[in-house]
Amino acid sequence: MDTREDIMTKLHLTRRGVIKAGAATGAGLAMPTIFVKGAAAYTNEPKGSEVVFGFNVPQTGAYADEGADELRAYKLAVEHINGEGDGGMLNTFSSKALKGNGVLGKKVTYVTGDTQTKSDAARASARSMIEKDGAIMITGGSSSGVAIAVQSLCQEAGVIFMAALTHSNDTTGKDKKKHGFRHFFNAYMSGAALGPVLAEAYGKDRRAYHLTADYTWGYTQEASMKYFTEKEGWETVATVRTPLGAGDFSSYIAPVLNSGADVLILNHYGRDMVNSLTQAVQFGLRDKIVNGKQFEIVVPLYSRLMAQGAGDAVKGIFGSQNWNWQLQKDDAASRAFVKSFGEKYGFPPSQAAHVAYVQTILYADAVERAGSFHPCAVIEALEGYKFDGLGNGPVEYRAADHQCFKDVLVVRGNENPTSQYDLLEVYAKTPRAKVEYAPDNEFFAGGALGECNPGK
Amino acid sequence: MFKGLDRNDIRLMLVVALVTLAAPLILNPFPADSAWAQFNAGYPDLMQRFVIYGIFAIGFNILFGLTGYLSFGHAAFLGVGSYAAVWMFKLLSMNVVPAVLAAMAIAGLFSLAIGWISLRRTGIYFSILTLAFAQMSYNLAYSVLTPITNGETGLQISINDPRVLDRAFGTAASDSVPYPDFFGLQMNDTASFEFFGRVFQFSVGYYFAAMLFLAAFYLALRLFRSPFGLMLRGVKTNQSRLEYTGINPRPYTLAAFVISGVYAGLAGGLLAAMDPLAGAERMQWTASGEVVLMTILGGVGTLLGPVLGAGFIKYFENILSKINDQILHQWFAFLPDGMEDFMVTLVSPFVGKGWHLTLGVLFMLVVIFLPGGLVEGFQRIGRLLARLVGRGRKPVSDDDKGGA
Repeated sequence: MDTREDIMTKLHLTRRGVIKAGAATGAGLAMPTIFVKGAAAYTNEPKGSEVVFGFNVPQTGAYADEGADELRAYKLAVEHINGEGDGGMLNTFSSKALKGNGVLGKKVTYVTGDTQTKSDAARASARSMIEKDGAIMITGGSSSGVAIAVQSLCQEAGVIFMAALTHSNDTTGKDKKKHGFRHFFNAYMSGAALGPVLAEAYGKDRRAYHLTADYTWGYTQEASMKYFTEKEGWETVATVRTPLGAGDFSSYIAPVLNSGADVLILNHYGRDMVNSLTQAVQFGLRDKIVNGKQFEIVVPLYSRLMAQGAGDAVKGIFGSQNWNWQLQKDDAASRAFVKSFGEKYGFPPSQAAHVAYVQTILYADAVERAGSFHPCAVIEALEGYKFDGLGNGPVEYRAADHQCFKDVLVVRGNENPTSQYDLLEVYAKTPRAKVEYAPDNEFFAGGALGECNPGK
Repeated sequence: MFKGLDRNDIRLMLVVALVTLAAPLILNPFPADSAWAQFNAGYPDLMQRFVIYGIFAIGFNILFGLTGYLSFGHAAFLGVGSYAAVWMFKLLSMNVVPAVLAAMAIAGLFSLAIGWISLRRTGIYFSILTLAFAQMSYNLAYSVLTPITNGETGLQISINDPRVLDRAFGTAASDSVPYPDFFGLQMNDTASFEFFGRVFQFSVGYYFAAMLFLAAFYLALRLFRSPFGLMLRGVKTNQSRLEYTGINPRPYTLAAFVISGVYAGLAGGLLAAMDPLAGAERMQWTASGEVVLMTILGGVGTLLGPVLGAGFIKYFENILSKINDQILHQWFAFLPDGMEDFMVTLVSPFVGKGWHLTLGVLFMLVVIFLPGGLVEGFQRIGRLLARLVGRGRKPVSDDDKGGA
């Protein structure tokens, strides 16, 4: 048994330890950030012979397929930047700044992380890349919520964010950031591209019924589709929100037939789209004649990975895409990309892979042209940058909102696919002028880019 | 401060305090350019998560460990705390004090309402009720309440927020999005020191969270040793007997529920203070399940267990998930080519995107072989050591109360 005194001596000893530790950490706290600021001109200034990129993609969850394909493309892009492999689209890219010796002579290495398609996990993963691994640039994302969350994190931390898969208007609209750049197209562009094509194919006198994924991307997609179809003279019968990951959509599809609508617009993505489309087709919606017209289904945002999931259900169904590997038929850049991706992995790349690859190349090229990794210099090099030869024809990174402007593809489910990858055919290319909008357009208003932030 | 606590408790408290304060040193044992640097955990984000989820798990353990009521909806309070904190940042001030206080208050009120209803039932029905409320909160936050929560994107701070207090005192930044601060000390301020190739990062945010963690730990310690704590243990042991002796357990269980709700709110508020964004996923059932896992993994009903469990899970989530094939190839580069590929194929399902698998296997092992959690593991090791050291001397009295 211990005496009281015993406890006290022990306490004293440890207390002294506590005070010492406290003093040490106090000194650490008192030493302000000036200490760090002196060490680097900006966040994660690369000091050695290597530079680190952060690839933050969903590796688990509903968008894991897209994430896996993005990761493949990132690895390919790093190889090409470092001068390995066949160079892919670097050979067709209009800028010849990249020499195949890394970026500014530094070899590119990378770290990967799992966003789990959750804003929280994505930010934790991105923060560890920045704080621990010294990543100079973060790219990735397969959901607009995640992309927006990581984009604002990168703004605060002072690194560049090259958004990959994010289709919501908000990413370069009300949530746009100085440090965020988007090559992918958006919901407004999908609507603008699809509206006229649908009116031409299905007539101007149509009644549309929307099923919409109940979250921000769904809302912007629905609003855009509604706006552009109504502009063509269509009528919107109803817009119904469905919970994300519902799995069973039969209770949402049954009322469609009794509503008097003759077109069903599915504002769904990923597994939701696979399920809702498959079930709508199984319900026999497309065999029905309503108002004297054939019933039609539209999926505004397509991806080949989703088409693979939906199988035969996609045949003849319209949608839009950022890029499709079938472009290789008459585009040298796409051909080069499909070739080097196919040789490495044995199947053609998806649009997710394409955007991931292009964004990495664009960042590396901007650094090379700016002659510095300093985020402010890189931003300046990217703003208003016009380029060609990356698979979409001529493209411009608009300075006002960091959105890429280019032609948009309208695609249709292939009636006679020649392989399991040949599921979508390019139906039309809507020229850039038709999908362009002013930066203060009502769908995009309310945000501000803010200032460039070199961090510390 | 230590009145009424016995020697073991004081020792525990001091050890926890020391480890917490020295965490930036302890968690960074490997030089930054060595292959082992992958396993360093001493960077601000992860350390902040250790202490914040530690608070969350301690609070959960006050309910689950003491009363035996298994709540499957505690993430709802975490989320509510985060939303409250971010709204304080938006409306009042970027100072973290009002944000953290509001997070605790709102989460407390919210847990009072949910506890009031859910505690009418016990056992599985209680668990299901809390789960239902949490999922309801999650779905509301995700879609219906989008004007308040900003839905899937998550609630964020923008340049144009009112921030009444900051503007009144003229401290509002106008050209860039501000960062939460503690009277001028920004949460993301970090001082880095290099020492034999190791980079130690002392972050303001971490020490702010760590101080609150120590306070939370101390409060839980007092609560465990108090008559109130005994009453809660009574509820767990035999609620009917308690009722027969004329005691109404409801006020006690409700109090425990609200206290743990306030702990969760504090954790949520701190998460928002470290990284000013509140997402709905924070309230999803997986998040509620995670805190149950943390508590069971560490040791239910022990003081230190939930903290260890929280650290364990967060470490795996953040470190293991980042080991990709490229890194594996580096590790096994010394082997002949065929062997290297074989080893990479063998290991890769367990790291990177497969980190859940490893965690699951470890969880199973712990539950099967160490039903008392990691704490029991440490106790066994401690006893083994004591026996080895004490061999030849008189046996060491085994007065360990399992309270560690």
